[in-house]
Amino acid sequence: MSRIEEKLLFEKDHPGRVGASVPPCDVPEVSPEAAFGALARKAPLTRLPEMSEVDVVRHFTRLSTYNYAVDMGLYPLGSCTMKYNPKLNEEVARLEGIARLHPMQPESTVQGALELMDTLQKALCAISGMDACSLQPSAGAQGEFTGVQLIRAYLESQGDARKIILIPDSAHGTNPASAHFSGYAVEEVKSAADGCIDLEALKARMGPDVAGIMLTVPNTLGIFEKNIVEICKVIHAGGGQVYVDGANLNAMMGLARPGDWGADVMHINLHKTFTTPHGGGGPGAGPVACKSHLEPFLPRPVIVKRDGRYAWDCDRPRSIGKVHGFFGNFLILVRALCYIETMGGEGLKKSSELAVLNANYIRARLKDDLPLGFDGPTLHEVVFCDKGLPNGITTMDLAKRLIDYGFHPPTVYFPLIVHGAIMIEPTETEPVEELDRFVNAVKAILKEAAEDPELVKSAPHTAYRRRLDDVAAARNPKLTYKP
Amino acid sequence: MRYLPASEEDIRKMLGAIGASSVEDLLASIPKEARLQKPLDLPEAVAEPVLRERYVTRSVRNSSPTCRPCFLGAGAYDHYSPAPIDQLLLRAEFFTAYTPYQPEMAQGTLQAIFEFQTMMADLTGMDVSNASLYDGASATAEAALMAHRIHKGKTVLVARSVHPAYREVLRTYTRRLGFTIQEVPFGQDGRVDLGALKAALSPDVCLVLVGDPNFFGVVEDLQAVAASLEGAKKPLLGAVVSEALSLALLEPPGARGADLVCGEARSFGLSLGFGGPYLGFITTKQAHMRQLPGRLCGETVDAEGRRGFVLTLTTREQHIRREKATSNICTNEGLCMLAATIYLASMGRKGLRDLAVQNLSKAEYLKGALKAKGITPLFSGPTFNEFAVKLPVDPAKANEAALKSDLLGGYDLSKGYPELAGGCLLAATERVSKLACDRLAAVLGGLS
Repeated sequence: MSRIEEKLLFEKDHPGRVGASVPPCDVPEVSPEAAFGALARKAPLTRLPEMSEVDVVRHFTRLSTYNYAVDMGLYPLGSCTMKYNPKLNEEVARLEGIARLHPMQPESTVQGALELMDTLQKALCAISGMDACSLQPSAGAQGEFTGVQLIRAYLESQGDARKIILIPDSAHGTNPASAHFSGYAVEEVKSAADGCIDLEALKARMGPDVAGIMLTVPNTLGIFEKNIVEICKVIHAGGGQVYVDGANLNAMMGLARPGDWGADVMHINLHKTFTTPHGGGGPGAGPVACKSHLEPFLPRPVIVKRDGRYAWDCDRPRSIGKVHGFFGNFLILVRALCYIETMGGEGLKKSSELAVLNANYIRARLKDDLPLGFDGPTLHEVVFCDKGLPNGITTMDLAKRLIDYGFHPPTVYFPLIVHGAIMIEPTETEPVEELDRFVNAVKAILKEAAEDPELVKSAPHTAYRRRLDDVAAARNPKLTYKP
Repeated sequence: MRYLPASEEDIRKMLGAIGASSVEDLLASIPKEARLQKPLDLPEAVAEPVLRERYVTRSVRNSSPTCRPCFLGAGAYDHYSPAPIDQLLLRAEFFTAYTPYQPEMAQGTLQAIFEFQTMMADLTGMDVSNASLYDGASATAEAALMAHRIHKGKTVLVARSVHPAYREVLRTYTRRLGFTIQEVPFGQDGRVDLGALKAALSPDVCLVLVGDPNFFGVVEDLQAVAASLEGAKKPLLGAVVSEALSLALLEPPGARGADLVCGEARSFGLSLGFGGPYLGFITTKQAHMRQLPGRLCGETVDAEGRRGFVLTLTTREQHIRREKATSNICTNEGLCMLAATIYLASMGRKGLRDLAVQNLSKAEYLKGALKAKGITPLFSGPTFNEFAVKLPVDPAKANEAALKSDLLGGYDLSKGYPELAGGCLLAATERVSKLACDRLAAVLGGLS
């Protein structure tokens, strides 16, 4: 069955059709001209198409068939933790008494919602080894921003905000950007030959101008920062704070906790580790968990329990302020808590163990075919490099050819410190036969690369679209439809 | 455990392939002093049927507008979302997909973003839109950072009538970056005080932000605001839209002198959700396209010359430019964007207008019903589906009385505006009936 070429909505505009019903108006109608005078709309709504419900449903259903998704198979994007998204989560987040709550309702009418948020905060503290938590940040990057703001507010309260945040060269781009938007200069820390931070170099660098360090643990190579406890001591001894980027928390639930190492603050991506769907790019949630000395600075309001009733406490004079218009991405929080309660503590630990097992299985099965970026032991993900790809085949070619084999490609060209990086994170929700299918596809592509390189260089061949010209897209940007 | 496919036999086989004797061997790189030595302090696993009941119990401990008509707005309006939206969002190809970095496998998501950008640009009277931001509050903050990059000035004048939470997030985002955020008061009509605005202007002002409609529901005269900004080093004018449905009835901000529109499009098909996830956006003129924060989708062609879509101008973004990026945002509100796109396609130009007219009409009816009980608007300016009134008693008390009559009353303005003690903000959408409006008027009119 070939895929239908679906036009744009604007090309399907069919005046006279309607795709939704507006109830009859039971009050006298007021015209916009009467209400707003000269401010009433004169411009036609050219780009709102008129379509029937059937037209709309077919349009978006057809579009959906051009996508790949976790529910179709392995989605091995490194550092993205593309796990299975449980169906129960979707059901509970749609219960009317959860989905249709107004954020400004009286507290007495939302006790169930507040209890739910309080329960999630406590669970995230238990998992991270931290003392307090804010659920406001909408995604990982906003969590990072919030966490660095906490550090800054704390250091200011100690008399000196300092100037610099140290960030390893293997970090996600959001780390330096978040530090920058908190008013800090970013200084890169070079990784040592084993992929970890050079402890001696860090000791030599730590000084009174350094506000702290942002570390992803395990790092983006999948390597556990072996000196993490010592690093925390060095930073603290120099008067700084330690931020842990929780992007890779899926490697260590129930196995290791940043709070126990001495870290001061971290964010947690609920859309990675805690199974809330990625949704084609969000919405996510990036709660921040911290030690008690940072707690007074958390975004306000915070949940408190008074006389057995939950309430919002807005009177937080040392708070960094709000980062969200209301209380955070509540319906994402509901899904994450539902997952945690489904798994229990033991189940979460088992998940992390199996995530590590799956990644090491792929590593073992491919290490003779693709060279590793770094040699040391890895946890939940593995990074290969492009050295040895034959006939001028690039990482991108390999990635695009995987599409023809029915897989989403891994993360490519990241981390930046590995040449032509191919970064694979299978997660624990993949069955071994799916991993085998993937490994066999990579092996087959490597064989093709040696024998028929053009086939690989011109991939994909079977997707809805062949390779797209992103240079042309950027050179002459066309961001809206023009007939 | 139903989400974990590995059987004991699978695990043995995989360990064999790896050459490890146990999973514990694979964890040896975590130093002993960093290992957790006890079980997580979390309850045991709960089976699906039991857990579902627990959530039903939690949900009924809340009281949603399902049983109590909702007159709360304040940045979150109780609109109906047609059934196809959620059904389509639940297509696994949409909701279990990642950000469309591999465009050949994500044309569905990308085409939807392109359609969203087109519709938002059209609705706001602008040339370009981004693919979403977290919410209206962070979009407002991002607008300030954007205006600074364009204009170089570091002072933002924000109308005090802009949503209080948006102003607070604006401060959080800019506080450590050396910005000055200065508030401009409102007049008797609820609109920004143009005299005060002019007096506050300086060459360092990069952006003037006014709500449209503002937090009091009052529609601003953007053209008059724009005219008052003429002069050397003219700042950008940003319209902050927290009720996007108003765009259907108002001449678009882009045609009334705004340089950018930032705000919240949750009204387009998303649930109230106790405050999130919502749908932030920024639209602007072509000239400022490269300073936009967040993702952008552009049209291109594939190797066979067929139309296709990709994420574009990515050199603005953190994964390329790191600390020099226009924003730190990565994950945005993709699925919310999709909901809005489906919503706008379902409503169409006529449906959206009809719905907006109904919102306007309900609010005007409620206004009249309250007037008949002696409760008058606080401001004289025109309003869309929300307006402020002065109540004879403390609004918190009034809301208690409303609740006893199974009505969710309005927003107590003293929470954000101590100077408006006794003021209450009331919204009326298509989901409140004439009868509910009459009941609310009777309850509030009976207080003293």
